[in-house]
Amino acid sequence: MTRLAPWLFAALFLVLWESAVRLSGVPEYLVPGPVAIVGAFLADPPLFLASLASTLGVTFAALAVSAVAGVMLALLMQASPLARAAFQPWTVVLQVTPIVAIAPLVVVWVGDPFASVVVCATIIAFFPVFSATAAGLAAAPADLLDLFALNGAGRWDTLRLLRLPAALPYFLAGLRISGGLALVGTVSAEIVAGSGGVASGLAYRILEAGYRLQVPRMFAALALLSASGVAINATLGALARALMRRRGE
Amino acid sequence: MLTLHQLARRFPNGTEALRDISLRLERGDFLALLGPSGCGKSTLLRLLAGLDAPDAGRLAWDNGAAPAPGEIGYVFQDATLLPWADAAENVFLPLRLRGQSRRAAEPEIRAVLARVGLEQFAHARPRELSGGMRMRVSIARALVTRPRLLLMDEPFAALDEFTRFRLQDDLLALWRQLGCTVVFVTHSTYEACFLARRIVLMTPRPGHIATEIVSHVAPGPETRLAPAYTTLVAEVTHAMQAALGTAPVA
Repeated sequence: MTRLAPWLFAALFLVLWESAVRLSGVPEYLVPGPVAIVGAFLADPPLFLASLASTLGVTFAALAVSAVAGVMLALLMQASPLARAAFQPWTVVLQVTPIVAIAPLVVVWVGDPFASVVVCATIIAFFPVFSATAAGLAAAPADLLDLFALNGAGRWDTLRLLRLPAALPYFLAGLRISGGLALVGTVSAEIVAGSGGVASGLAYRILEAGYRLQVPRMFAALALLSASGVAINATLGALARALMRRRGE
Repeated sequence: MLTLHQLARRFPNGTEALRDISLRLERGDFLALLGPSGCGKSTLLRLLAGLDAPDAGRLAWDNGAAPAPGEIGYVFQDATLLPWADAAENVFLPLRLRGQSRRAAEPEIRAVLARVGLEQFAHARPRELSGGMRMRVSIARALVTRPRLLLMDEPFAALDEFTRFRLQDDLLALWRQLGCTVVFVTHSTYEACFLARRIVLMTPRPGHIATEIVSHVAPGPETRLAPAYTTLVAEVTHAMQAALGTAPVA
């Protein structure tokens, strides 16, 4: 029953939503019901799916860049106290900078629309995976570090056999958060870049439908975005569980 | 084997952890460092292991032969195993760090796991083992390099009494078999008297050696029932009370 609860709640919510819209007579251009939203999607599935593929392409590219860059910087900061002292305060800048404020600049500086959006999404997605990995690398138990030292382990062996495996759960937790943020960053950047000529992602579909008052199309694109976010979160969660189960934890 | 000359250690926050520690450790000794929390027992153990350095005094190894990596085994209060590795992998770890291949190390791993009674659990992960079994793996890991000196920092403190008694018996049997030198930190008078040939009493603020008592109790599983053991416990208890300046037990 517990596993069915979210689905039952969703079904109840959709039924109530549709009923409320029909009974109240609210026009479709203000609040469309679920049936109208599905109808808008079914009117042009290839366009929606192409936009979804574009948005997900940017999201996964940004997530991959964030993961690689986050792990590399965390490793550098673990290896060098000087690098840690130099970079750590500045990484917070990435966390607190509103992407909509700098996206127009990124679009102008980078030029290429795809690359611009990937850069913006990466700025948003980078911090969780970086900070979680850095915390994981620093969280190796002190007794085990002593044991490695007693047995003459060098930095490479300590990293390979202790710090990296110990950091894996932290990295996976950070990656899961970054997955959702990569999608948020992609959509934010697409909205800004959309008016600059990037006319392919779901965010552009939302903008376009908004300009034309095609509110059901807007909701259809929003529903696809929400479903994508849930799917990314669930996939990364399943990946984390599978990896940890394989390690016997 | 090793002589400590007037060791002292003060932490960066100003706490004087150890003062004027002088001690001679002979090959094959089983020495217990006994004292209340905060008397510097673990700090002294870390100095012996080379994990920390004294601010004053020195450690002089006989013939100047300071131990190479792996020649000191260390057992921590918690088993501190790699949770992602099975028992055999955990035991293999010190040999791996010394560059040995798993294939070459396999006989030694099997032998040491058999010695601690875990040959059937070589492929079990730490979370599949009980607390006592995890500590056995930890002891096996410390013994796999055949250390000259085995340092144990309250290894049985977190275990239930039944498991603790069993592991104490096993540790004595291993010590007899292997003939290595053991320094065992504990705050249990009963444990120190049961295991050790020499009991070094330490007192806090700053940590220093109050006195040393030599045990003449024959070590073995039947020791706990021996009158000589009870007498030794009483002697150590009174010595500790005198050192700490506390009232004797009524």
